[in-house]
Amino acid sequence: MSSSLTETDHGAASHGGSGPPARVVPRWRRGLRPYLLIVPALLLTGGILYPFGLGLYYTVFDFAASKPQPDMVGLANYRRIFGESSFWDSAWVTVLYAVGAAAFETVLGVAVALLLHRSTRVGRVLEKILILPLMIAPVIAAIMWKLMLQPSVGVVNYLLKPFGMGGVQWTDTPAGALLSSIAVDVWVYTPFVAILALAGLRSLPASPFEAAAVDGAGWWFTFRKLTLPMLWPYVLVAVIFRFMDSLKVFDIIYALTEGGPGDSTVVLQIRAYLEAIRFQRYSFGISYMIVLWAVVYLVTMVLVRYLGKIQNRAAEVPK
Amino acid sequence: MKRRLLAIAADGALILYFVFALFPIAWMIILSLKPPNELFSTYFSFAPTLDSYRTVLGAGSDEGVPFPRFFVNSLVVSLGAVGLSLVIGLPAAYAAARWRFRGSENLMFTLLSFRFAPELTVIIPLFVLYQKLGLFDTYVGMIWVLQLVTLPLIVWIMRSYFSDLSPELEQAALLDGYTRKQAFFKVALPLVKPGIAAVSLLAFIFAWNNFVFPLILTSSEAQTVTVGALSFLGGDRPKYNLTAAAALVSVIPPLLLALTIQRYLVRGLSFGAVKS
Repeated sequence: MSSSLTETDHGAASHGGSGPPARVVPRWRRGLRPYLLIVPALLLTGGILYPFGLGLYYTVFDFAASKPQPDMVGLANYRRIFGESSFWDSAWVTVLYAVGAAAFETVLGVAVALLLHRSTRVGRVLEKILILPLMIAPVIAAIMWKLMLQPSVGVVNYLLKPFGMGGVQWTDTPAGALLSSIAVDVWVYTPFVAILALAGLRSLPASPFEAAAVDGAGWWFTFRKLTLPMLWPYVLVAVIFRFMDSLKVFDIIYALTEGGPGDSTVVLQIRAYLEAIRFQRYSFGISYMIVLWAVVYLVTMVLVRYLGKIQNRAAEVPK
Repeated sequence: MKRRLLAIAADGALILYFVFALFPIAWMIILSLKPPNELFSTYFSFAPTLDSYRTVLGAGSDEGVPFPRFFVNSLVVSLGAVGLSLVIGLPAAYAAARWRFRGSENLMFTLLSFRFAPELTVIIPLFVLYQKLGLFDTYVGMIWVLQLVTLPLIVWIMRSYFSDLSPELEQAALLDGYTRKQAFFKVALPLVKPGIAAVSLLAFIFAWNNFVFPLILTSSEAQTVTVGALSFLGGDRPKYNLTAAAALVSVIPPLLLALTIQRYLVRGLSFGAVKS
């Protein structure tokens, strides 16, 4: 079991030149070897970066299906985005969604992991199927929930009827649509957090817990002072993945609410889809995505740096 | 006594979560077995029928949705994407694990940024580009764009597997007169075989489950099940039973594969950031 969380170590790096080679290969060719190995990956990466660059280039034009001969407009697309209230509405909904989904999934996922870590007979059976919702395509999950949440004939309202709340308009009110989308996200991705947290729990050293038990520490004290701090690096990896992915949510909302009712669940990727594909305003739609991409990139940098700091601190704790 | 009650409560909470996690799947099975006239009249009692599956899987279904074709398309593009990523990604992962060279970290981080980039940033320009190049709605176009999903996963995770491998084994092979190429193919590669198998399956699942790419870059020829499953919901009369059957058919391959790679999932899901 490895406690290394970061992937910065290269094992025995720079060993390509050491040891007498069986066949004499010129030094310059040996130095070239790693480059030759990554050439295909570089080419393919270029094949993906090219459309990205092309997209960036489009944003200074007013390219659209209705304008196949576009004019250069400078930064007008960006100015328009930041000037429109629909952008700020979308940004706000996106943040609500990402924070809500990541928070729910973290709490529920860690709770499920702690319960499974007890390894009772029930837990061992259930652990085998923990993965199932995570392997279902998010769009399919959203379709499934759409059928279940249908207000008049859906099974959820039928099951709630005995409790006196059979008429919930799940996806037909703005707040309900957002909460329903988050619920589907939670359904799909809670196992993701739980699986990573459970792996973390299983790799924690036993001695601090034995010492705490000898000292008669209570459950809550042990959890707060030992389990949680030591588990945090693992949970943080899961939180970062979930938060970043929720910022660019598309599938679940597309299938569940299509951004509705009204514009209430139009997150940024949905907005870009509507602008670029539905209304065929390519330049304007891509500009939306460049803005989202920049935000995601910055947040990733901050979070990954924080993760590195946490992991270094965890590595310093003698185990 | 109090301990015992707590233990039961804990198991109860766990079961409650799993009811939440499994009920939607169970409900889809029920919906898919219902005859159309009992779809909304009853909930749990009905005369089960396999008609929905016959309609969904029937090639010339009267619904006009060629679902079997979508299924084959999903299979072809997912397999193609994983195959291409393996051929390209394994050497790159090996190079990044064994040599420290200029640009390797940059390449790794560019690949990782693909994982977190909003898909539409690349797809909208590709949508325009594919129309020009004739790649719109083709297998080649789909396999190319799916590299965004499969390549970062395979390179990052296989690098972590290669890094875990002691280089002394390959050293010994080199001393025995192996060439570098032979050392890679005959020593390093066989040792990471379980890793390759696991990451290939995981990459296949993610490619299969992808929705945005086929939604925008295909229309009928190369469309996949994730987009196809939505088509039964369209029209004036949404067909819940057919939608449920289509949803179930499309989740069967990833679910079966996932259950076979449980042991390797942690490293795969976290891009090698957490090992177990």
